[in-house]
Amino acid sequence: MPKKYHIETVVTPPRFYPVGKYAVTEFREDCVGSCRNCVKKNCVYDVFKDNYEHWATIDEPEFLYLCQSCFRCVQECTRGIFSRVINPEYRELGDDYWRADIIHTTWYQAHTGRIPVSGAGYRGPFVGKGFDSMWTDMSEIVRPTRDGIHGREYINTSIELSRRVTQLEFAEDMSLLTDCPPILEVPIPVLFQQPDFGILGDGVLLSMVEASHELGTMMFIRPEDYSSTLLTYSDNLIPRLTKNNYHDYSDLISSSRMVELAYGPGIENEFGNLRKIRPDLCIAVGIPLNSEAASLALRLAQTEVDTLHFYADSHGNELDATEPRFLKEIIREVHLELVENSIRPKLNLVFSGGIALAEHMAKAIICGADAVAVDIPPLLALECRLCDRCMKGKSCPVELENVSPEWGKRRILNLMGAWRNQLIEVMGAMGIREARRLRGEVGRSLWFEDLERESFGPIFGERKVKGPV
Amino acid sequence: MTINIEKSPVELPKTVIAPSRFRNTIGKYHITRNSRCISCGLCAELCPYGVHLRFDNYSKPLRPRDDRCIGFACRENDFFCVERCPQQALTLTENPILETMGDYRWTAEMLIGHWNMAETAELPEVNLEYNLGKSGGGFDKLRFRHSDPREYLELGDEELDTSIDLNKRGDGRPEISLSIPCYGGGMSFGSTALPVMVGRARAARILNTLTCTGEGGYPPELVHYADHVITQVATGLFGVREETIRYAPVVEFKYAQGAKPGLGGHLLGDKVTPEVAAIRETVVGNALFSPFPFHSVYSVEDHKKHVDWIKEINPKALVAVKVSTPTDVDMVAVGSYYAGAHIIHFDGSYGGTGAAPDIAKKNIAMPIEYAIPRVHRFLIEEGVRDEVCLIASGGIRNAMDVAKAIALGADGAVIGTAELVAVECIRCGNCESGRGCARGIASTDPELGHMVSEEWTEQRIVNMYSAWRKQWCILLRQYGLRSLKELVGRTDLLVHLDYLDEEERATYTPAPDGKVVF
Repeated sequence: MPKKYHIETVVTPPRFYPVGKYAVTEFREDCVGSCRNCVKKNCVYDVFKDNYEHWATIDEPEFLYLCQSCFRCVQECTRGIFSRVINPEYRELGDDYWRADIIHTTWYQAHTGRIPVSGAGYRGPFVGKGFDSMWTDMSEIVRPTRDGIHGREYINTSIELSRRVTQLEFAEDMSLLTDCPPILEVPIPVLFQQPDFGILGDGVLLSMVEASHELGTMMFIRPEDYSSTLLTYSDNLIPRLTKNNYHDYSDLISSSRMVELAYGPGIENEFGNLRKIRPDLCIAVGIPLNSEAASLALRLAQTEVDTLHFYADSHGNELDATEPRFLKEIIREVHLELVENSIRPKLNLVFSGGIALAEHMAKAIICGADAVAVDIPPLLALECRLCDRCMKGKSCPVELENVSPEWGKRRILNLMGAWRNQLIEVMGAMGIREARRLRGEVGRSLWFEDLERESFGPIFGERKVKGPV
Repeated sequence: MTINIEKSPVELPKTVIAPSRFRNTIGKYHITRNSRCISCGLCAELCPYGVHLRFDNYSKPLRPRDDRCIGFACRENDFFCVERCPQQALTLTENPILETMGDYRWTAEMLIGHWNMAETAELPEVNLEYNLGKSGGGFDKLRFRHSDPREYLELGDEELDTSIDLNKRGDGRPEISLSIPCYGGGMSFGSTALPVMVGRARAARILNTLTCTGEGGYPPELVHYADHVITQVATGLFGVREETIRYAPVVEFKYAQGAKPGLGGHLLGDKVTPEVAAIRETVVGNALFSPFPFHSVYSVEDHKKHVDWIKEINPKALVAVKVSTPTDVDMVAVGSYYAGAHIIHFDGSYGGTGAAPDIAKKNIAMPIEYAIPRVHRFLIEEGVRDEVCLIASGGIRNAMDVAKAIALGADGAVIGTAELVAVECIRCGNCESGRGCARGIASTDPELGHMVSEEWTEQRIVNMYSAWRKQWCILLRQYGLRSLKELVGRTDLLVHLDYLDEEERATYTPAPDGKVVF
C-alpha cells in the first residue's frame, strides 16, 4: 500500500507579538497595591505573568494575544479596576473581505498547525455574501460514510493538473492507440501564487517555494524573479510567461513540468512551440476572471491546454464589471459551460483571488474548480498584517525582508496542514473520499436561495429583500 | 374578558434569588461615583432597583451595583440618582466593555439578560435586547405578527399550559409529559464539571423536565436523579451498560450533532482526567475522538435494530433519536419514525456546546430554522406528524427562539448553551483545551471544576426557565392560546422581515444594530 499523504506540522511561534484583539485597561490608581487576591497572579492563562510585580517591569502595552476572554480578571478584582477594550490596532487589521478574524485564524493555524477548534457553538452571522451563503452537506444515517478523518479510511485530496483524453482507442490486439498525455498530479488541491504585493525578498519566495516542494504542490511565479536557489525547485514552479517573452526562457521551460501563458488571442498556436522545447510539458493559460471567462474556457477546451487558471481580484470578484459577481457564481458558470458541452473532464480549472479560508477551498471545489491558487494566505502565515505599508514604500512592521526560509516554510506547512485537515473534515462529513469526486458536487451542498425558497417560501411567500444580507 | 378553565392550575417551581459568583457583575450601564461623594446616602434611599448599597453599620460609600441600573431611561424618574446627587458625584455611561463581549448570535445584551434572569427568575428590568441577536437571519429575522387585542386571554401564568408530551405513539409505554417545552442537551462528564452536570439534573427534577448524560458515561452522582436523566447512546458507547439503559426514562441515540455533523465527539486529551478516564474506561490524557457514524447502522433497518435493542432492555423507556440537518433531513425524520422512535431530535448546525472545529460549526449542514418547517410539513404529508414528538435544537438561544421553533413546527426544544449561560458562561469558546473553562463550567480540572456548586447551578437554571415561562405565557395570552401545544406549526403567527414590504417591515422590531467586532 502506498504511503498515506500527510503534512507534518510543528508548532512555530511568531517572531513578533501578533496584534491581539483585546486590550485590558487597568485603573491602577485604584489598585490597593498589596492585595493577596490579585487576579493577575491567578490568571488561568498566565497572561499577566510578567507584569504584576511592579509597574516598572511592563515593557509592552497589554494587547493580549494570549487572552482568552474569560473575564475573570474583570469580574474578580477586589477593587474592580479592570476593564477591556478592543485593541484599536485590531480594528485596523485587514479590510472588509480579509477581515481581522480571518487574519487571526490564519496566524493561529500557521503557528500551531492545528485546525481551529472552539466550544460554545457558532458565533458568526447567519449568512453572508460570497462563500458564506452556502453550506456543505453531511451524511446522516441513511447514507454510509467513511470515517476517514481519524485515519480509519484514507481520504485522498490529490488532483491533476494535466489534461486527459476523453476517449481511448485500441488496436485489434487491444494495444492502446491513443497517445495519452503525461500525468501531473499534486497531492492537495491548493497551488501557491506569487503575491502581487509585499516585500517579496528571497526569504518570502523561498519559504513559499520550499513549502510547495515539501507539500508536492506547485507555485506560479514570474520568470524574472527566479534566482539560482529557486531554480533548484523548478519541478514545483510554474513560470508565468507571455506569448511575447517565452522565447527568452527556453531553459526555464525545459526545466519546468508546467508553464503558464497569459491569455491573448491566438495563444493556442503557441502550445506546439512550447512542447517542442519540452514534449511532456503541461500548459496552463492564465485568464482574467471576467464575463468572457466561460466562453473563453469553452474555446480553449478544444485545444491541447491542460489547465485554465482564472484570476479574480483579491476579494474574489469578477474583473472589469460594474456589478461584479463573486467567484462562486463564476466558477459555476465556467464549470457548467464545460459540462454542458461534454468537455469538462478533459481539462482542469484553477481559480485564484479571494480564497482566504480552508472552507473557501472546499466550496470552490464543490462549485466546480479542480483546485485553487492562493497568494495572500501564505503571506499571512509569514505574519503579514495586510497593512499596505509596503505598497507605500514604507517599512514592514513584521520585517518580511528578514524571514528565514526554514521558519517561513514551517509556518506555511502548518497552515496547509490545517487546511488539508479541514478539507478532510468537510469531506468526511459528506462521505466523500476523493477531492476529485468533490468537484462540482453541488448535490452535497446547500444554498441560501434554495433553502429560503424551499423552507420559508411556502410559509412567507416571496422574498422581498434581494441577496442574503 | 375572563375565561374559566377547567384544568387545575400548574404548580410553578419555587424561585430564589441566586446572585452571581463573581464580585463584579457586568451590566449594560456603568455608574461611577467620584471622590466628591460625601456618603450622604441619598442615592441609596432613592434607587428602587438597589444600585446603591448602604448598610446601617457602614457609612462609607460602596461601589454601585451598576448591573441593576436601568440606565438613561431613569432620567424621567424623580429618583434619578445622577440628577439628585447633591454633590454631582455620580455619572452614568453605557458600559464600554459590552463591545468586547458576545458575538453575532449571543450578543452582550443577550448574555447579560440571561444572567439577570438566572439570578432573579424575572424578566430583566433593564432595557436589554435578550430575544434577538445580530446574526441577520433565521430567528433574528423572525417575529411574531402583531396580535389582535381582541384575542387577548386574561389568564394567570399558572393557568396556562407550557407542557409537552414525549410519547405520542400510544404504544403502551409511559406517557411522559414535561412541564416546559425544553429539556437539557447532552453535555458529557468530561466536557462539563460534575457539579454542573448534577445541578442540571437537580434543576430538571424541580422543573419536571429532563437532562441528558451526553456521551461521556453515567456518573453515579446522577443515579439519584435518574427519573430526569436521559441516557445518551453515542458512537463512543462510553458508559452504555445495561443498568444505565434501565435507569433512563428516555434513551437517546446520538447519530450526529449539529456543531460537528458528520464527525464524532471530541474530548481533547487535557480534559481526560483520571475521573473522566475511569467513567469512560479509557486512558488518562488520551484524546477521545468518537467514531462517526455508528458502524452498525447503515440503513433504516439497522437503525430499527438499534431502537428495538433499547426497547427490549428497558420496556419503559422512550427512544429519542438525535440527528443533524442534512439536505434530506425530512427523509431522516420519517425513517426514524418508522424505526419506532418516540422523539426525533434535530440538531441544527449553529448550536452545540462542546469542542468542535470552527469549519464544521459554520459550514456543515443547515441551520435549524430551515429544517423545522421542512420536517414538520413532510411528516404531515406522510400522515405521521401526530405520532411523533419533534424536538429542535442547535442555535435555539432564548425563550422566543423556542417559541418561534414551536410555531415553525417543532413540539419543543433542547437547550444547551442557555443553561450554561445561566451558570455564567461568557461564551469565550475556550471550553476544549488545557484546563478547560476558566469559569469552572466546562472543566474537569481539580481546581476549576469546583468553582460551581450543584445547588447554585440548580437554582440558576430553575430561575432562567421560570423567567422563560413568563415570556411564553405573555405570548400565549397575546394570541388567545391556552397551551404551547396549540402553537405547534402556527406559522401564520410568524412573519419574516425579509418577506415583508418595507412599510410593514418598519412596524416590527428591527434587529439590534451595531457592528460586532468579530
